[in-house]
Amino acid sequence: MTTSLNARSAAISALIAIAVLLVWHLATQSTASGPALDPEYAKLVGATATTGKSAMPGPLDVGAKLIEHLSHPFYDKGPNDKGIGIQIGWSILRVAMGYGLAVLAAIPLGFLIGMSPVMSRALNPFIQLLKPVSPLAWMPLALYTIKDSSKSAIFVIFICSIWPMLINTAFGVASVRKEWLNVARTLEVGALRRAFSVILPTAAPTIVTGMRISIGIAWLVIVAAEMLVGGTGIGYFVWNEWNNLSITNVIIAILVIGVVGMALDQALARVAQAVTFPE
Amino acid sequence: MRPLISLESLAKRYPKAGGGETTIFENLWLSVNKGEFVCIIGHSGCGKTTVLNSLAGLERPSEGVIIVDGKEITAPGLDRAMIFQGHALLPWKTVMGNVAFAVSSRWPKASREEVERKSQAVIDLVGLTGSERKRPAELSGGMKQRVGIARALSIEPKIMLMDEPFSALDALTRGSLQDEVRRICRETGQTVVMITHDVDEAMYLADKVVLMTNGPAAMVAEIVENPLPPDRDRTGMHKQPDYYALRNHLIDFLVTGSRTFRDHIPPKYDPMKPPLVRPGATSPGTMQREDALQAH
Repeated sequence: MTTSLNARSAAISALIAIAVLLVWHLATQSTASGPALDPEYAKLVGATATTGKSAMPGPLDVGAKLIEHLSHPFYDKGPNDKGIGIQIGWSILRVAMGYGLAVLAAIPLGFLIGMSPVMSRALNPFIQLLKPVSPLAWMPLALYTIKDSSKSAIFVIFICSIWPMLINTAFGVASVRKEWLNVARTLEVGALRRAFSVILPTAAPTIVTGMRISIGIAWLVIVAAEMLVGGTGIGYFVWNEWNNLSITNVIIAILVIGVVGMALDQALARVAQAVTFPE
Repeated sequence: MRPLISLESLAKRYPKAGGGETTIFENLWLSVNKGEFVCIIGHSGCGKTTVLNSLAGLERPSEGVIIVDGKEITAPGLDRAMIFQGHALLPWKTVMGNVAFAVSSRWPKASREEVERKSQAVIDLVGLTGSERKRPAELSGGMKQRVGIARALSIEPKIMLMDEPFSALDALTRGSLQDEVRRICRETGQTVVMITHDVDEAMYLADKVVLMTNGPAAMVAEIVENPLPPDRDRTGMHKQPDYYALRNHLIDFLVTGSRTFRDHIPPKYDPMKPPLVRPGATSPGTMQREDALQAH
């Protein structure tokens, strides 16, 4: 039953993909030839005006360009012409650094908040105030204080990914069952061992859920941040190709961003599966 | 002989919602000798769980002291092992992991092999051989509680404390676990304090049954010595001559005595030494009841 369910859903997915590509292909085909023009003038106004060809690339154009990109992902021909592999690598590196710093800050702080009702109440107003702020609103402040555009982008990733992890860690730690803590107490388990062998495994599924939400947000934000700070990264690539009016490259960037985002999410889903325990 | 456990003038009070205090119990005295199996019986709210938690060190009494083996109890400790009502196993650990967690807490310097060997020994003792690698979610309720018992036994405690350990199990499983606990305790001479609602369970397992009156302001009405022979078995127990005398005595207390005792305190009642009674053929109380039956 499950295999047939999988097979049927896969078939429908494939059909949808084919239909979308087909519609896309038909919609972007050249329609009719325009009026005869002086060749010099025609060259000036471009194919859109003369042959009715849409500036929107068709799936075949995108596919050809994608193969080109993937066969040379790491070339570097100066600041405005780098392979897509290099660009995405920069973005992943920034996310990894900002997100890594956020993990290092959020989990210990979340433990503190979760274990101490006083700290929980004391820090709650700050968390509630800062959490809804769009991470990009921090950008000018970061640029002014850090004075380095790349580090500012990392800071923005840090600040946007810290909140879900902080809140989830605090919640997970605070909701450890009293009887498990009592087991640890009756066994005279020390504070450090209790934290690592009772509280952490209990809170781990909630913490990883927070981490998964955070990586999603971080990956959304990095594109916007790189559009602002420029230089390198997939966000800068999108903006640069928009300025080049290369819609093909923009579409390819969208695809690549989607694939990497999915991979990051799935990686954390695996981790979540590994730390989840059946009750 | 000095008792192993001595509760002296124990009291527990909670602040009332509208000010003032509610006294759950006060001036409670109880002693338990080494190797004894003591059951505490009483209705909900009489504070029996509070007594047990205080013994475990999980709660602090408002007044009074608890002395175990000559030392005052102020915190939980490895000399006492608790078997929780809801088994309280760590669900992310296997059976072996749960027991080994206790063993390595008791002997922090023990090698991995030694921890495993000691854990295996108690797992075998409670009849879970072959299930070492299973997680609690894969076990039935009775097997989970067996792990709880194994974990408690593994630290070789001076006292085992049980808070209605079998109340969540079905009757058949409960019976076989009672057999198991009785066998283990008789083999090892374990001192046990157990809370129960179940009169038959108390009769089968206990050497002494502590009767607590209804709360608030609960008190130990009396301590009943079990007249049944030590080699009793669960299925044939009701054929013992003193069975009904004991059973009626306990049920009478739960039905009426727990409610009315406070209004009819016997003149010689001393809370420091609650009366020790032994229902049976020689007890005048039951004699009268049997006479009355014969008269009919």
